[in-house]
Amino acid sequence: MNQVVSQLPICVVIGASHAGVNLAFSLRKEGWQGKIKLFDADPVLPYHRPPLSKAYLTSEDGIDKNLLKSAESYEKEDIQLALGTKVSSIDRENKMITLDDGSQQAYDKLVYAAGARPIIPPITGIETAKHLYPLRTAADVTHIRQALNASETKRVVIIGGGYIGLETAASLKKLGAKVTVLEREPRILARVTAPEMSNFFAKLHAEQGVDVYTHKNVVEIETQAGLNQVKCSDGTQYTADIIIVGVGIRVNSELAASAGIKLDNGILVDEMACTNDKDIYAIGDCTYHFNPHYDRYIRLESVQNAVDQAKVAAAAICGKAPVYNTLPWFWSDQYGIKLQMVGLSTGYTHIVMREEAGDDTKFSVWYFKDETLLAVDAINNAKAYVIGTKFIKGGDKVCQTKLADSTVEFKPANLLID
Amino acid sequence: MAKITFITTDNESVTLEADSGSVMELAVQNNIKGIDGDCGGVCSCATCHVHVAPEHVEKAGEASEIEKDMLELDDNADEFSRLCCQLDVTDQLDGIILRVAV
Ligand SMILES: Cc1cc2nc3c(=O)[nH]c(=O)nc-3n(C[C@H](O)[C@H](O)[C@H](O)COP(=O)(O)OP(=O)(O)OC[C@H]3O[C@@H](n4cnc5c(N)ncnc54)[C@H](O)[C@@H]3O)c2cc1C
Ligand code: FES
Repeated sequence: MNQVVSQLPICVVIGASHAGVNLAFSLRKEGWQGKIKLFDADPVLPYHRPPLSKAYLTSEDGIDKNLLKSAESYEKEDIQLALGTKVSSIDRENKMITLDDGSQQAYDKLVYAAGARPIIPPITGIETAKHLYPLRTAADVTHIRQALNASETKRVVIIGGGYIGLETAASLKKLGAKVTVLEREPRILARVTAPEMSNFFAKLHAEQGVDVYTHKNVVEIETQAGLNQVKCSDGTQYTADIIIVGVGIRVNSELAASAGIKLDNGILVDEMACTNDKDIYAIGDCTYHFNPHYDRYIRLESVQNAVDQAKVAAAAICGKAPVYNTLPWFWSDQYGIKLQMVGLSTGYTHIVMREEAGDDTKFSVWYFKDETLLAVDAINNAKAYVIGTKFIKGGDKVCQTKLADSTVEFKPANLLID
Repeated sequence: MAKITFITTDNESVTLEADSGSVMELAVQNNIKGIDGDCGGVCSCATCHVHVAPEHVEKAGEASEIEKDMLELDDNADEFSRLCCQLDVTDQLDGIILRVAV
């Protein structure tokens, strides 16, 4: 009897986090019949990253309470996971990847979802510092929790006053630590928000008993008998049992670069998340992509971008012609305060503050470029976030005077230019 | 212990039992189609939208202000809509039927 063995195509994914995992499940939703195999260096079943600096850090939960998908879900959808496996190279000519144990895996379609890693700045003495951690993985959280539990004095210095640094400060404070945040810029969150927002968060942390210092350029860490002195260029120094580094990320682009995949501030992809190789897609934190709303190329570090690009790439791999055209959004939770952001504020000419009568922990900052609404940051104000989303999506003309007037009822119809 | 029934957009009905966690976690754990839970359950993404069967509205209780506001993002939201990451599994939910939103 003649047996015809039909070879199913295989889609191989490098990186099984928000982007890679959503891609795999989206492929099945789009009807991909072939195999799907995900590789990740992290040995843990893929988990949500945002809670790592927020609720998960303060809980006693194991990572099993924080998974992107259950183990059974992968089985049910016939998605193979190779965890604790690092990919070491890509051979585009033979459509093959090599793993760090030397074995190889062929692909028909390859998805690069390798994300990013924390920057460890070249500070003198940083390699020998005791209990110094970044915060990107479940293992990092375990280390931080252990170090905190083992420390009596619990003095934590956080280098970097961005979202991750500030969220970690709030969480560790809740766990009883004495927390100091050192920010190099003149204000915290300088890269991502207006001064009004920076002031709000600086005040919030101060009220909660966290010391936030700006203009602090850390130049050296001196460690003696297990105790760190964190030294700044202005001569000040801070004692730390534990140091957390939160100064930004670097894209994991090396594998792609050595395979000749085009880079430009990340992996360069088109509107279908495809690279310069038609069989290789890239999604998530590692990509540099075009955003039609803002008419420019951007790199985003957000769950929204990872999930939405995953859906676009999955549709494209299944032969459709999707176009990535979504509005960026993001959130941050610190002490019971909820920040929600939509849009990109870069290039704004001015802001409009919208306060809600009788509640100073509920307001929103609206970023305009002349008449055009670019972005909204909403504090404890999901309504502002939702209205802002609709206005930006619709390209609506907002009446800035009415918006700023808290006696005008907060409804879309009331806020537009007649 | 509460029995919770999800009806997916393909009209598949799945009944699950649980005694803790949120309804979103239960759904994701069991791969219920259409419940993504992208924000991990902090009422930030609105990808866990369900419609409570009208006769079960009392079991679910009332949505918080932020949840109601977030539901406005979705044009398919109605008076029975909930973000199920905000529904804690308790005995009170026993027997509830939830239709996954389109
Ligand atoms: C503490 C923290 C808080 C955050 N809070 C928020 C928030 O509130 N809201 C929000 O929207 N976003 C938040 N983010 C950002 C969000 O988590 C990221 O945007 C998201 O994880 C990006 O997903 P990704 O899959 O593109 O990349 P990553 O999550 O970086 O995943 C990449 C994966 O690839 C693997 N990998 C890399 N190279 C290799 C290799 N050679 N071989 C095998 N595997 C490899 C890595 O191990 C990793 O698991 C937060 C991030 C952190 C760290
Ligand atoms: S899981 Fe994000 S809003 Fe419910």
